[in-house]
Amino acid sequence: MGITIYLLTFLLLLVAVYGIVAKKNIVKIIVSLAILDYALNLLLVLVGYRTGGKAPILSPGQSTEQFVSSAVDPLPQAMVLTSIVIGLSIMALMVAMALRLHEKYGTFDMEHIRRLKG
Amino acid sequence: MGLEWMVLALIGYMVVAALIAVEASDLLSSVIALGAAGFGLSIINLLLGAPDLALTQVVVEIISVVLLVRVVLTRRDTSVQTHRGALRTAVVMLGGGLILAAAFFAFGGLTGGAGPEAVPPFGQPVLVHKAGDPVPPGAAAAYVEGAVKQTGSANAVMAIVLDYRGYDTMGEAAIIFIAIMGVYTILRRVGRSKPHAPPGKEQTP
Repeated sequence: MGITIYLLTFLLLLVAVYGIVAKKNIVKIIVSLAILDYALNLLLVLVGYRTGGKAPILSPGQSTEQFVSSAVDPLPQAMVLTSIVIGLSIMALMVAMALRLHEKYGTFDMEHIRRLKG
Repeated sequence: MGLEWMVLALIGYMVVAALIAVEASDLLSSVIALGAAGFGLSIINLLLGAPDLALTQVVVEIISVVLLVRVVLTRRDTSVQTHRGALRTAVVMLGGGLILAAAFFAFGGLTGGAGPEAVPPFGQPVLVHKAGDPVPPGAAAAYVEGAVKQTGSANAVMAIVLDYRGYDTMGEAAIIFIAIMGVYTILRRVGRSKPHAPPGKEQTP
């Protein structure tokens, strides 16, 4: 069961890699990078999950021992929280570059944006 | 067990949405499929006990879809259907198969997650070290045990983000600032068009 979930997450990651490598359209590549971001975040959250676990928020009257034995791992969640926001800023940067490229070349096709080479 | 099946179904939904996003013949459909995948991820986070992540994911998803729709909506483009060569795709498929096989072994497909180097099996994170446990405890143990006593925050995730890993969060803020400065630099109009010709030169139309 668990290995199926992990492998399906890796399949999502591979769909994104396929999109990045095999597509020529810049918007498609940006979308694929966003999907790659999702897949990695999902993988980290899955590694920290505990079966039947609760959100790592302390209820009133709950002791630390009960908390440690019932909560999911909060460390991957904290890292992923940072990662999500950084993913958004990177996407904003990529979108700005795509806008500027379309303004200059009139297309999103990588084959026609050749003046960047060399 | 029901929750794991729901998570599995939602990841399958995300894979389908990602395939549509990659293969759609229209850029707007592609962007909307990306939004669908992101909301699926938000629901998965909610099911996996990460409400902070679910909220952040919804907000980020809306913003990124708005940004991409802004790019896609008014721009005509004919290169959507063009692929790179078949060789590249074949290499991607081959490498993908190898990565899947590696993931199968790394996540304990055969041994069930035994051994000190293996990733712990699904649903059993190494939060606290127990006697006779082959896997050493992670950093999360100290964070979880000390969260309330040391930081006074009932939310362990926020205790880590804002207190234990405060420098990481500062770096995140720096990255956001740099990204915003980059977007502004790329998109600004000043110095690109020439409304005022420099002195001594004729302005060419």
